[in-house]
Amino acid sequence: MSVAKSLPHDSGSLHVSGEARYIDDIPTPSGTLHLAFGLSEIACGTIDSLDLGAVRSADGVVLVWSAADLSPMPDASPSVHDEPLLSTGEVHYVGQPIFVVAADSHLAARKAVRKAEITYRKKLSIQTVEEALSADSRFEDGPRIYSKGDAKQALDDAPHRLQGQIEMGGQEHFYLEGQAALSIPQEGGEVVVHSSTQHPTEIQHKVAHALNIPMHGVRVETRRMGGGFGGKESQGNALAIATAMIASATGKPCKMRYDRDDDMMITGKRHDFQITYDVGFDDTGRIQGIDFIHYTRCGWAQDLSLPVADRAMLHADNAYHLPNARIESHRLKTNIQSATAYRGFGGPQGIIGIERVIDHIATHLKRDPLSVRRANFYTDFDETEDVQTTPYHQPITDCVINSIVDELCETSDYRTRRRAIQSWNAENPILKRGIALTPVKFGISFTLTHLNQAGALVHVYQDGSIHLNHGGTEMGQGLFQKVAQVAASRFGVDIDQVKITATDTAKVPNTSATAASSGSDLNGMAVQNACDTIRDRIAEFLAEKHKTIPFDVLFENGNVFVAGTTYSFAEAAKLAYENRVSLSATGFYKTPDIKWDRIKGEGQPFFYFAYGAAVSEVVIDTLTGENRILRTDILHDAGASLNPALDIGQIEGGFVQGAGWLTTEELVWDNRGQLRTHAPSTYKIPACSDRPDVFNVALWKGENPAATVYRSKAVGEPPFVHGASVLLALSDAIAAVGNGNEYVALDAPATAETILHAVNRQKQSA
Amino acid sequence: MKQIEFLLNGNPICVENPTPDCTLLDWLRETRNLTGTKEGCNEGDCGACTIMVTDRDGTRALNSCILFLPQLHGKAVRTVEGLRGPEGETHPVQDAMVAHHGSQCGFCTPGFVMSMATAQHCGQEADDDTLAGNLCRCTGYAPIIRAAKDVGQTPSPAWMADDLSLLQQNAIESDTVARPKSSDALATWYEKHPTATLIGGATDVGLWVTKQLRDLGSIAFLNGALDLKEIHKTENGLQIGAAATMTDVLNAVKPLYPSFAEMLRRFASLQIRNAATLGGNIANGSPIGDSPPALIALGASLHLRKGQTRRTILLEDFFLEYGKQDRAPGEFVEAITIPHQPDALRCYKLSKRFDQDISAICGCFSILIAEGRVSAARIAFGGMAGTPCRATHVENALLNQPWNAETIATAKAAFTKDYTPLSDMRASAEYRIMSAQNMLERYFSESMGLPTDIHEVSA
Ligand SMILES: Cc1cc2nc3c(=O)[nH]c(=O)nc-3n(C[C@H](O)[C@H](O)[C@H](O)COP(=O)(O)OP(=O)(O)OC[C@H]3O[C@@H](n4cnc5c(N)ncnc54)[C@H](O)[C@@H]3O)c2cc1C
Ligand code: FES
Ligand code: FES
Repeated sequence: MSVAKSLPHDSGSLHVSGEARYIDDIPTPSGTLHLAFGLSEIACGTIDSLDLGAVRSADGVVLVWSAADLSPMPDASPSVHDEPLLSTGEVHYVGQPIFVVAADSHLAARKAVRKAEITYRKKLSIQTVEEALSADSRFEDGPRIYSKGDAKQALDDAPHRLQGQIEMGGQEHFYLEGQAALSIPQEGGEVVVHSSTQHPTEIQHKVAHALNIPMHGVRVETRRMGGGFGGKESQGNALAIATAMIASATGKPCKMRYDRDDDMMITGKRHDFQITYDVGFDDTGRIQGIDFIHYTRCGWAQDLSLPVADRAMLHADNAYHLPNARIESHRLKTNIQSATAYRGFGGPQGIIGIERVIDHIATHLKRDPLSVRRANFYTDFDETEDVQTTPYHQPITDCVINSIVDELCETSDYRTRRRAIQSWNAENPILKRGIALTPVKFGISFTLTHLNQAGALVHVYQDGSIHLNHGGTEMGQGLFQKVAQVAASRFGVDIDQVKITATDTAKVPNTSATAASSGSDLNGMAVQNACDTIRDRIAEFLAEKHKTIPFDVLFENGNVFVAGTTYSFAEAAKLAYENRVSLSATGFYKTPDIKWDRIKGEGQPFFYFAYGAAVSEVVIDTLTGENRILRTDILHDAGASLNPALDIGQIEGGFVQGAGWLTTEELVWDNRGQLRTHAPSTYKIPACSDRPDVFNVALWKGENPAATVYRSKAVGEPPFVHGASVLLALSDAIAAVGNGNEYVALDAPATAETILHAVNRQKQSA
Repeated sequence: MKQIEFLLNGNPICVENPTPDCTLLDWLRETRNLTGTKEGCNEGDCGACTIMVTDRDGTRALNSCILFLPQLHGKAVRTVEGLRGPEGETHPVQDAMVAHHGSQCGFCTPGFVMSMATAQHCGQEADDDTLAGNLCRCTGYAPIIRAAKDVGQTPSPAWMADDLSLLQQNAIESDTVARPKSSDALATWYEKHPTATLIGGATDVGLWVTKQLRDLGSIAFLNGALDLKEIHKTENGLQIGAAATMTDVLNAVKPLYPSFAEMLRRFASLQIRNAATLGGNIANGSPIGDSPPALIALGASLHLRKGQTRRTILLEDFFLEYGKQDRAPGEFVEAITIPHQPDALRCYKLSKRFDQDISAICGCFSILIAEGRVSAARIAFGGMAGTPCRATHVENALLNQPWNAETIATAKAAFTKDYTPLSDMRASAEYRIMSAQNMLERYFSESMGLPTDIHEVSA
């Protein structure tokens, strides 16, 4: 059976040969127009005058549109209709599209947009959390509050109590392929859009709305993305709308791809967070009451900020049982790019909050942070004990964190190394090492319940080859291969017999974004459902032919066995076809057992949880703050993995991306509200040598107790959180400079500079 | 240029009237439909556009996004489409990348494959260094390194060898786009076109075109002037031609000043070092260029030439103020000389990311100790002022003093007299001063035998 095998990525050989096509590689008809946006240079205000004369007369320019040319102005928002495609007079951030140019080449369009003369009437912009709070600039009418038990009373009663705050920066997705879309006009005003998107249905919807045609007039196709990470859940809308509208107006194909700097200036990033906490605990560090306040800068438009901020609240407990908890969340509207989905969708930020608290408690009690973690873990599920619940009242019935941590402690030799590090640090005045173990418990499902559905379309041809389509998109995560493995397993054929085709809104309608790690859970099940329908039809037909029952028809090793006769799968398909059996089926799946009231903060938002833990060891230079990850060990729960190699790939990649977020990836806005780090020359994602020297990743041997596809678990987002182990190991190394009395309180990203400041604080207190 | 010729995936290609500032990447993708080579940043930072170039000096990986067509004249270019064998065989690097799950989204992959294939062709195993200029956002690099290890040092397939003798055409220059064959020819042309743009490796000028969308005017490409690339020992020291690449400079200084070489190892990435020239790194006048502080600490001198007039000045005197150098129109950098000296140089480059990043500050120290006292001290920094410059107050605080912690403490305080750095997205002024001071302490601690290098620690 092909499920559970470590097959390579379905496009692996196309990737290495350069044949794999991305949007910009699709051959375009001659006459294709290339688009670029002209961007605002101020953070807040109104446009006084817009002189596009020089833009219009620039070489190669065919068309220039600003708000004056578009009525009504199409909207690019995925949520609340608050993102006009082009500024209609108000400017909300530096980088906001004000006009669009179509020219005969990408370069001509880029050159032309710089010729605009724009004057503005500036207003005071809102940049910081403090500014937003004092102006009461926010989404929703007030903070969201989720609570359980009586946090206030528990805090008052606790033997120990601490307050603190952590700030964590945002993160640029830095998908290697920038945003791109290509729209090709069709007869009758219809349009085909090729989009680098995680959400083809959303693109279809937005384009149809902009063109004022029904959704059936728009077909969106996405073969693959060169990385998404959440950054292509909603941020591709503007390019798709602009290309489709101009294609429809001019009758010419239109392509738009953002230059890297434009991409970073225009599009949203991970939400940055400031989290304050007030925690009460006993002598072992067991938390009795906790009060969190989350502040997040959502940027100028709502986009997906509400569910992101919700998910941060839903992960405020991480793997810890909080008997009395109150979480207050402020979603602030600020004059920067509109923060958007990014791997983890707020979850990692919520988790960093509680991990900081645990670390702070450990320093206060002078205990190994791991012992404080253990004191607070949810208990591994045991039917004989009372079920523990999360701060949002979901019972935890699948916890395995204690067993995972036990095993990881052994395999990583945590205890011995921790002692060795302590004695090494005693001998080394300049370099200090640190180690930390952090857990993750990550909730799987979209918190907007209706999104937890998926569709599939499967055809079996008369030669036995299988054409597979589903609503998920491929962005590198290996979804297509995993789902193909499911299909091959259902028919008992070799994976080579299955052809995976581009995601296409004309094949599977009304899909959800490929997001929330749910891709294989949802689409795998939908495909399984479609395959089973066809398989059952073939079985029924063969059973009747051979006078047996369908249950006794077996699909295995490329053959179909029935009552002593063996057909090759191709023969069986041909026979079925000749006997007028339909070999095409749709499949559908909706996640069971979930319900959620996001206003009350009560219910069962998640179908199940994914667990894991990581141990990282680092070294820092106390003279400059420079640092390195020496070793990382990860044990992660992917359930019964559909493809261990691909899952390990997600874990390794997720960890490095998470570590980057918390260390070198620093977004800097200047006091005019302009993003200064808008290119890889200034925004530093991890390079090859930044991965841990020693990097051991293993899958936890377990099955998902929830009835998921082949009992696997989602693996896209949860491992991102393992990067937290690096932040806390850095904190541990810095603490070695001091005498243990002052807490390190390391903010993220822990750049060398941030680390040096923290080191100096330790030196001063020692 | 009216005509250039090069090999593209083994076949001679003659390009008539190439747009002189057309990048190889755009040409490959837009003119030749060779879309395997990707654009990830268009500024030399991500490596998605990596291709392999062979010329008389050997084979190396370069970024095609900031490589202008005329720079390729007389060379062989191999793109990812040119990796397969004559019978369609896959290249061993491609096989290893598939077998080890080295691609996820695949967008970085052609670039990685080209870097790896080039390393293999040069008889090296691809490692963190060779791959520092290739960014991958998906894999966390681990599987790519596993693939590289698997390929190891197995020989490069025979079909990867390029036959430069297939090239026969001469480059035909035009009046406004020149490719002088010697320093003399350059001197003559440049005197006539004193406002022209000189292009060494185009690792700065490339971005003027791809990011600032500037028009370059008249251009001279220096890479045809072979004498400008020479590196040799003279009576006075090590003389390095202005058009020597950073890769060549690194190799030349390695035996003499290993810490300089180690810092150059962190200069951009292999692809950039393979193009970037020392002359360009100096002439651009950048306050954060990495070679000037090291060269100033070594007391290097600069040889400038205008027409038949040559002059030699101390490198430190070349940088007048931010954006202004002691160089007349029509005058160019011909060479740099590092005087012979005992090696006491330590170079400390501080950047947000360790590899492939521009310095926040770069501190270079050459301090000689005789009988327990400081007998000579040259300290220079980049990133601390509008130009790379010396820390004279610190030097004076050290000179003739006993080499001990007290002296270091006093000298550290002098840094604020030498520098008032700025805050920017790379670092705050406060951090710049603090870490500059601490670098002196690092130099001292290192001389006392204390471990100070995080790279020497392992788990
Ligand atoms: C991704 C990336 C990373 C980088 N990282 C670093 C780094 O880590 N450290 C660092 O210091 N720099 C770095 N740089 C900057 C750049 O690579 C260097 O400054 C390089 O040395 C420039 O050399 P070049 O030959 O490419 O210059 P070019 O771009 O060809 O020219 C630069 C300037 O010098 C002039 N010029 C060139 N040669 C001469 C000459 N002989 N006489 C007079 N004028 C001349 C040109 O006209 C131009 O004004 C990086 C650049 C990129 C794109
Ligand atoms: S495209 Fe990024 S280095 Fe060339
Ligand atoms: S595989 Fe996606 S960037 Fe490397």
